[in-house]
Amino acid sequence: MVSRSEKHTDVVIVGFGWVGAIMARELTQAGLNVVALERGPRRDTWPQGAYPSSIDELTHNTRHALFLQPSQSTVTVRHRESDVAAPYRQLAAFLPGTGVGGAGLHWSGCHWRISPAELRLRSHYEERYGKDFIPQDMTIQDWGVSYEELEPHFAFAESVFGTSGQAYKVNGKIVGDGNPFDADRSTPFPLPAMKNTYSAELYSKAAAECGYHPFRIPSANASQAYTNPYGCQMGACTFCGFCSGYACYNYSKASPNVNIFPALERESRFELRAECDVLKVETDSSGKKATGVIYRTSKGEEVRQTADIVILASFAYNNPYLLLLSRIGQPYDPKTGEGTVGRNFVYQNESGVTLFFGQDKFTNPFIGAGGNGVAIDDFNADNFDHGPLGFVGGAPIWVNQAGSKPISSATVPKGTPQWGAHWKKAVKDNFQHTISIHAHGTNMAFRDCYLSLDPTYSDTAGRPLLRITFNWHDNDVKMIRYVTDRMADIGRAMKPESMSIETKEFGEEFDLRHYQTTHIAGGAIMGTSPKDSVVNRYLQHWEVPNLFVIGSSAFPQGIGYNPTGTVAALAYWSAKAIRERYLKSPGPMVQA
Amino acid sequence: MKRRLLPVLAGAICVLQSSGAYADNADLIKRGAYVAVLGDCEACHTAHDGKYLAGGLALQSPLGAIYSTNITPDRNTGIGTWSYDDFVRLMRRGIRKDGSSVYPAMPYPSYSKMTDEDLQALYAYLTQGVAPVSLKNRAPDIPWLLSARWPLAIWRLLFAPSPAPPLPSASYDETPDALVERGRYLVEGPGHCGSCHTPRNLVLAEKAQTATDGPKYLSGGFIVDNWVAPSLRSDDVGGLVGWTSEDIVAFLKTGRNRYGATFGAMNGVIAHSTSLTNDHDLAAIAAFLKTLGPPPGVSVETFRYDDAVSRQLFAGKMPSEGAKIYVDRCAACHRTDGRGYPGVFPPLAGNPVLQGPDATSAAHIILSGGRLPGVSAAPSSLVMGSYREVLDDQQIADLVTFLGQSWGNHGAAMTAPQVAKIRQATTDERRPAGD
Repeated sequence: MVSRSEKHTDVVIVGFGWVGAIMARELTQAGLNVVALERGPRRDTWPQGAYPSSIDELTHNTRHALFLQPSQSTVTVRHRESDVAAPYRQLAAFLPGTGVGGAGLHWSGCHWRISPAELRLRSHYEERYGKDFIPQDMTIQDWGVSYEELEPHFAFAESVFGTSGQAYKVNGKIVGDGNPFDADRSTPFPLPAMKNTYSAELYSKAAAECGYHPFRIPSANASQAYTNPYGCQMGACTFCGFCSGYACYNYSKASPNVNIFPALERESRFELRAECDVLKVETDSSGKKATGVIYRTSKGEEVRQTADIVILASFAYNNPYLLLLSRIGQPYDPKTGEGTVGRNFVYQNESGVTLFFGQDKFTNPFIGAGGNGVAIDDFNADNFDHGPLGFVGGAPIWVNQAGSKPISSATVPKGTPQWGAHWKKAVKDNFQHTISIHAHGTNMAFRDCYLSLDPTYSDTAGRPLLRITFNWHDNDVKMIRYVTDRMADIGRAMKPESMSIETKEFGEEFDLRHYQTTHIAGGAIMGTSPKDSVVNRYLQHWEVPNLFVIGSSAFPQGIGYNPTGTVAALAYWSAKAIRERYLKSPGPMVQA
Repeated sequence: MKRRLLPVLAGAICVLQSSGAYADNADLIKRGAYVAVLGDCEACHTAHDGKYLAGGLALQSPLGAIYSTNITPDRNTGIGTWSYDDFVRLMRRGIRKDGSSVYPAMPYPSYSKMTDEDLQALYAYLTQGVAPVSLKNRAPDIPWLLSARWPLAIWRLLFAPSPAPPLPSASYDETPDALVERGRYLVEGPGHCGSCHTPRNLVLAEKAQTATDGPKYLSGGFIVDNWVAPSLRSDDVGGLVGWTSEDIVAFLKTGRNRYGATFGAMNGVIAHSTSLTNDHDLAAIAAFLKTLGPPPGVSVETFRYDDAVSRQLFAGKMPSEGAKIYVDRCAACHRTDGRGYPGVFPPLAGNPVLQGPDATSAAHIILSGGRLPGVSAAPSSLVMGSYREVLDDQQIADLVTFLGQSWGNHGAAMTAPQVAKIRQATTDERRPAGD
């Protein structure tokens, strides 16, 4: 029961991570009053990132201090239509964010753009490899926005994040030893690339020997002290190794809390309400206009917040979840292929190789930064000929030494007993002498991978849980096995004593029990037609034009890179459209 | 002067043509709001989480806590019934409407130098531009007998005998001399910088009220809430000899510059006063401070960096226990070369806090941490965490001693009992300090 209503506002934003912060900043600058509602608590560098308690692995990594606890809210998961989904009761495979800053507070900091070809994936593959190349059940499609259109927004987001990197090409001119597969840039990176770790140096050398094109990963861990266009300051990264899962104590990792909130907080048109869990978006009787949202406070009170514009900016799958709960748009039906909400749910498809060196080679794995490292893009996007390979997609391959923590980094060679004296000895013998290489691969969209409301389980507010139906497909297994072979070649060129390879087997099912990545996408995808997408190219809802749904939920399929850079660029792109077009003439910006 | 005056006159004429006296008064209130910023009324008259200018902030004195008063226009608990003459009597002579004398925590000896024009504007602002708040003034926590106010009258007669004349002021002329004179007015008058930065005598009177009173003026050393107020003169014992006018302006405007960052009692001054002061006035303050020579017998040499310690630390050689703690706990931000990341994490090499005979501030900031105020020109409210629960007294003493002797610093050593005393005195403080 709604017990009270808050004063009407121009814009209400659901979720205060990167997207929420970007949209709040852009729209208050446009003169609008903005209320942001965040499900989790207030968080900041102090106290969540206060040294030394912030670099406590047991609290943060093992006990998940900063993540959304399943007891508050969770999802159910199943592999296929015929299964009954079970709740995700223990965080493992992915770690959804909550609280002020969202996952942006505890991400790593790999800050990528996107390959132009990936933005028009279906058209690109059909043009290059023919109409029959894409499997029947693979529902990949074009995003409806081009790299050229997003480029200024990628550039601005990098200036806000204080991104460290080496450009390859700026305004058509080669400027340095960056990634030769990168699209043209309008600006160099705001900060120079980070220093390489020893492991990344070895990898870079070996990859070049193998004929590939190593480059330093663009990182939102500041290589130097930095002040961004909002006046927000960052300290230089110390390679302490506590990025993913932690609030950076050093102001070195870009986060909404460090890079945007200090400026936004001073803005009188902005209000942030933490611990306000949005239950649904309300529409008027026509269903064509959002009137605001209903949220629940930490005291259990239900409150109505009306607004002229509603922006969903919550964690990846929560955007489509809110649409499903609010009955906005038609839920996707895998049998008929009709409906769009929940369609094209995707993940990330990874593999790894661990190299074990002798006792005389010290790799100092405790040094690291989340976005640091060296990658090759020779097998990412469509940078290589897929014709004879028979799969869609690819993966960057990198040594991204993020800093080994004492509990989780007990890496031992295959065949080591899993406990006891031999295990302890192996941990001791190997800790200082290992290097890991990873492939961070694409996951294509398939007809039978989607989101829907669970018929069995509900949460404390009585809402049905979100149900994920997801499994691996042969295309993706083929891709990751191919890329893993290339990765192993580079690994061998690094001359380890032994090597262990983790890859996928055909028929292998999605396993929730081990951490893979939190890069979840799709479910409220953008596109060129309301028949197969939820939002148009401006992230504006096709049927409810004053509703914007922004985040990785808009990715029509998985990308090779980490999603944050593209999410930020899409947010700035959408904000620009709202500022320059929508506000002048509220209504659909693309005619269906 | 003309340049600034013309638009004001033009504005005034428009106003007269449209709505007459009301708009004139609105302008007066607006100017008064700026005078309130210059005088930093908010620093003392607004309690933590309290209503604006409603008082109630505890100010520690050697006799016990005294509480700032409600200066909102509430008629029962504030100054709503005060006439302009009542107000001026307080500001110039330290005498309240009821005839009693105020504690010298109220810097009326400085405010007495304010111009009539500024006082009129301030009175208009306080009585018409501020929301009235009903909050009763709190009696001081000073034991009976000592709490009697009559000695304050004697104090007043002895140490603040000459309420007038106000300094010439509000010149916006940009000639160097005029800039210095405007700066003198701001610093000696409304800014009341001497309240903290001038040493006080045994009965807590500032040893110099103005620059012309001699080189004790703004020479630092007074301890406020366990922070040592540094010298603002051109000396090298924590003074400003190495700072350019631009450095001073950057510090006052943003709370940070290439040499250091604000902490402790200065945080509020930055947040509520200097960050809101216009650039011309900040330049004037800097120009005036740069005219103040060193106190007698104090060197004016600028800091000279010595890289001996950084070379040792870089080679993994720890010259002392303090050095080990430094590398372990401090060097990530302040770096082994002590140069920090200027503007973000303050350099410790050459830092004014680490020069001179009293390292209280250094120990205090290690114990309590610090939070930079976020201001419009520098919104990031950077925090140094508290090490109270991380380091014991001996470790802090070793660390402070190391800091005072490294990279060319010439600061004081510290002992564990000295740290224990500061720890005790700051136990109940908000952490990080300045939060």
